[in-house]
Amino acid sequence: MALRLAARRMALAPAPFTRTFNRAMATTVEHTKEPLSAISEATSASQPPIPPSKTTTIQEPEQEANAKTKTFHIYRWNPDQPSDKPKMQSYTLDLNKTGPMMLDALIRIKNEVDPTLTFRRSCREGICGSCAMNIDGVNTLACLCRIPTDTAKESRIYPLPHTYVVKDLVPDLTQFYKQYKSIKPYLQRDTPPPDGREYRQSRDDRRKLDGLYECILCACCSTSCPSYWWNAEEYLGPAVLLQSYRWIADSRDEKTADRKEALNNSMTLYRCHTILNCSRTCPKGLNPALAIAEIKKSLAFA
Amino acid sequence: MYIAANDATQSMAENDAGTGILAKQRLARPVSPHLSIYRPQITWYGSIINRITGSLMSGAFYLFGAAYLVAPVMGWHLESAVLAASFATWPVILQFLTKTVFAWQFTYHTFNGVRHLVWDTASAISNKAVNQSGWFVVGLSTVSAVALALL
Repeated sequence: MALRLAARRMALAPAPFTRTFNRAMATTVEHTKEPLSAISEATSASQPPIPPSKTTTIQEPEQEANAKTKTFHIYRWNPDQPSDKPKMQSYTLDLNKTGPMMLDALIRIKNEVDPTLTFRRSCREGICGSCAMNIDGVNTLACLCRIPTDTAKESRIYPLPHTYVVKDLVPDLTQFYKQYKSIKPYLQRDTPPPDGREYRQSRDDRRKLDGLYECILCACCSTSCPSYWWNAEEYLGPAVLLQSYRWIADSRDEKTADRKEALNNSMTLYRCHTILNCSRTCPKGLNPALAIAEIKKSLAFA
Repeated sequence: MYIAANDATQSMAENDAGTGILAKQRLARPVSPHLSIYRPQITWYGSIINRITGSLMSGAFYLFGAAYLVAPVMGWHLESAVLAASFATWPVILQFLTKTVFAWQFTYHTFNGVRHLVWDTASAISNKAVNQSGWFVVGLSTVSAVALALL
């Protein structure tokens, strides 16, 4: 602990490199470009939750004889008691009375067991991206994630990794959305359509957008990326870079050069070290790593 | 003008009036757990091992290089013949283990480096290919490290 604190203090030392505007934003980790101190800062900022062994277990309300009881450990933190440490709250559910997906389990807990449990959800069919969270160690959408039927294995649910927690499983994605805005995610053109009606595109050009336009911005990939964990201040992260490539690859867009130029620096794009957690975790089966590789390639061989 | 990524952060504090309350709330917000809870996978474990082996090898190279440079002044004997002779006095199993550890770092970093070169051409980036090539490199580097150690 002492070592961590020391590392943190040292990381703050090179004052000329810290940005004044960061101070106004209380939550941002003071940023230096020196990666080691960035890592020590970032890791020291996360406090481990109180383990389930030291917290209570809330039982399934009605026990039945042939119940298939499974235990869920869920990350809890309440902003109304900010001095309390985050903790892992345990719940047991009878799977016979619970729907097949993790989101069904969460909704059932909220409805029947513990109404204080907080999480985001909307469409329950993997199109809105609200219920993105870390389930059993990987980021995914709770609505697309089946509850493992092996009741001997206990499930653990955390918010998206290395995000600021608003409450329980709700992460603060402000930075993520600001970054999305920064890539100008819309068609940019100076010339009117040749036929005066609409911007046309060949079938082949349209096909280049497949695997890109389906992204729902759930932030699973970005928050699975260790590089984004340490450098979210300046590195855009896989989701936003995939979106950026979606507009770079669009034959109708006329600002391709500007878009590429905005990415061409050491942090914005090149903090991607091809770790590939992003593609591995994408609940929509997209390939952000490939999109980033295509951007890098187009910059290298321009 | 294209907005740089940093402007996203910059405009945040100044923009809206409610930021004060938000900033206060944010002061208390914990960072959710990350390294300690993310499931070990060939993707990020392979990546961090690549970085660690690279750092260890270059670190060892610089350390030994510096030591070799000042050896005549300090009166150390770091010549190859001397090192080989002292290494020969070790037990064989220890020799083998030491050689394997050093050789594995070299082979893993080299073969994984080839993977990175392939990825830079935007090929072999699919979950299946990444998984296969990752474990293939682990296997290949282990076999070749043992082979090198037995030389």
